[in-house]
Amino acid sequence: MADILIDRVAKSFGAARALAEVSLQVADGEFVALLGPSGCGKTTLLRIVAGLETASGGRVVIGGRDVGALPPRARGIAMVFQNYAVFPHMTVADNIGFGLRMQKRPVEEVARQVGRAAEMLRISHLLDRWPARLSGGQRQRVAVARALAVQPAVLLMDEPLSNLDALLRLEMRADLKAVLREAGTTTLYVTHDQTEAMGLADRIAVMHGGVIEQIGAPGAIYARPATRFVGGFLGSPPMNFLLCSASGGRAAIGDFALAAPQDGAVMLGLRAEDAVPVGAAEGIPFDVRVVEPMGAHLLLTGAVGDQPLRAIAPPDAAIAPGARIGLRPDPARLSWFDPETGRRLEAA
Amino acid sequence: MAPKPWVPYLLIAPAVLFLGALFLLPLVQTLVLSLQGEGGLSFANYARMLGDLNFADALRNTFLLTLVVVPVQIALALLMATMIARIGAGRDLVLWVWVIPLAISDLAAGLAWLAILQSTGYLNSVLFALGLLDGPTPWLTQETPVVLFIGIALAEIWRATAIVLVILVAGMQLIPKEFGEAAEVFGASPWQRFRRVTLPLLKPSIQSALILRTVLAFEVFAVVYALGGRNFPVLVGEAYVWQGENQNTGVAAAYAALIMLISMLATFVYLRVLRTPREQMA
Repeated sequence: MADILIDRVAKSFGAARALAEVSLQVADGEFVALLGPSGCGKTTLLRIVAGLETASGGRVVIGGRDVGALPPRARGIAMVFQNYAVFPHMTVADNIGFGLRMQKRPVEEVARQVGRAAEMLRISHLLDRWPARLSGGQRQRVAVARALAVQPAVLLMDEPLSNLDALLRLEMRADLKAVLREAGTTTLYVTHDQTEAMGLADRIAVMHGGVIEQIGAPGAIYARPATRFVGGFLGSPPMNFLLCSASGGRAAIGDFALAAPQDGAVMLGLRAEDAVPVGAAEGIPFDVRVVEPMGAHLLLTGAVGDQPLRAIAPPDAAIAPGARIGLRPDPARLSWFDPETGRRLEAA
Repeated sequence: MAPKPWVPYLLIAPAVLFLGALFLLPLVQTLVLSLQGEGGLSFANYARMLGDLNFADALRNTFLLTLVVVPVQIALALLMATMIARIGAGRDLVLWVWVIPLAISDLAAGLAWLAILQSTGYLNSVLFALGLLDGPTPWLTQETPVVLFIGIALAEIWRATAIVLVILVAGMQLIPKEFGEAAEVFGASPWQRFRRVTLPLLKPSIQSALILRTVLAFEVFAVVYALGGRNFPVLVGEAYVWQGENQNTGVAAAYAALIMLISMLATFVYLRVLRTPREQMA
């Protein structure tokens, strides 16, 4: 077990900047997700921690030891790759035991650890099989078992679920969470899937353009995004943004007014589920253009004035396309952003 | 449009006809020739081949050359391919320079090494200039069989390692880099990575290279002829002598049939020993 300290790590590929002095601390036993769109630098950061990529600047400290000069094999890490990288020329058992055999552990210990890891991932019945005969989900379990078998101080995972189909991903996500909780391994997990990050992580670091925009618990990041980007990246449908102007501490949207943190141009961040549809006479005036029944709720797409907006309504609400309704926002769950910088504005 | 089942056969027909007319037919003819004696089928040509003064030498030399040259070429090409895989910028240039010998005909290669190794060649000039020799010394004679053998082996290794390299480089590119990275993360040293991951995954390519190089090594001729002439008899050289000088097509055909048999046996052994089961393919 160990903690990870990422201290002002930077990386450039020629003139292209992939990471700009990123700092992050992962506590012993903590699960942190690096979340962001492709090209945000999350995989590069993970590979620098693994030692598969060299940083242009900064330090990586694992368990109090600066690992900058160490090769991957000396860092006390294990890794799960996006395409699994399960060796095709070894049986499942040999794959899981690979790390232990490289460490020249006694045969009985290797067998015991392999058995334990296979049991954790529920693949004990596959130990004699060749990887080519396994399904994607089974191969994924082998990759995770191989990583856990070495009982690493730190587990690194690079988009481990992205090659699985949706149903399998859901199942594997829950299994992964249970297994990692049991193992108690410090984990750094790269994903572009916000539901994966929300569901698995103790804390999420949202990355964008080579910087970490916000670090925090999933609930906190979701409820109080530090930037417009974070608000828009987390949640489905994404957060709505309404540009409005405020004076005297009140922002006007149509005939509706809300308490604003500052005067002048401000941007309201409103999540679909944080506003209740009400009659046209009250709330934010919303012109519904499309109504999509999603089962659990209705997804409404339309506009406030000329600004697009998505809202949700109870599944049995009688709302027709073309109707004008009102949206009454929950004042405690609103976010305000500076339209220029995209940074969160706090109420005075 | 419904797919016509005969279209694929039509498309491979020209290649099949070409190979049939220019390989299979001469092959059968050679076998027939080798078995033709006075008044019907006989093994007389084979008996004459076995009784030939040079036969034992030719057989021994050919095998010796193959046993030395092919393993060295595979080892060298593995080393070179591994080095190439590590190169970033300039990789293509290095590969290009390394495969230059491929563009040179084997006779020209033999003549180039003759210019180095003959009694008034570059090697002796250098040794003389260093004061290690008193004057022109012949190396490529029957009196210096070891040096002659080393010279021929060197020339063959220089000439034909590149084809092994090309096959192995192509094979290495097919191995996803994550396998190497996974091995690295899970504690494998560079040598273990090569031994436990790269080498097994490269097995199909090594098999192809071994078959190609071994078959060609048994057919070695031009380089030997340029450097040693008949001071170093080999099987193809004897077939050439029997056909050209002795005007005896039957014995020449017997040599040709023997070379074919050896090549086929070697190929069969490689196919069996280095087989990669389908479920273990990368």
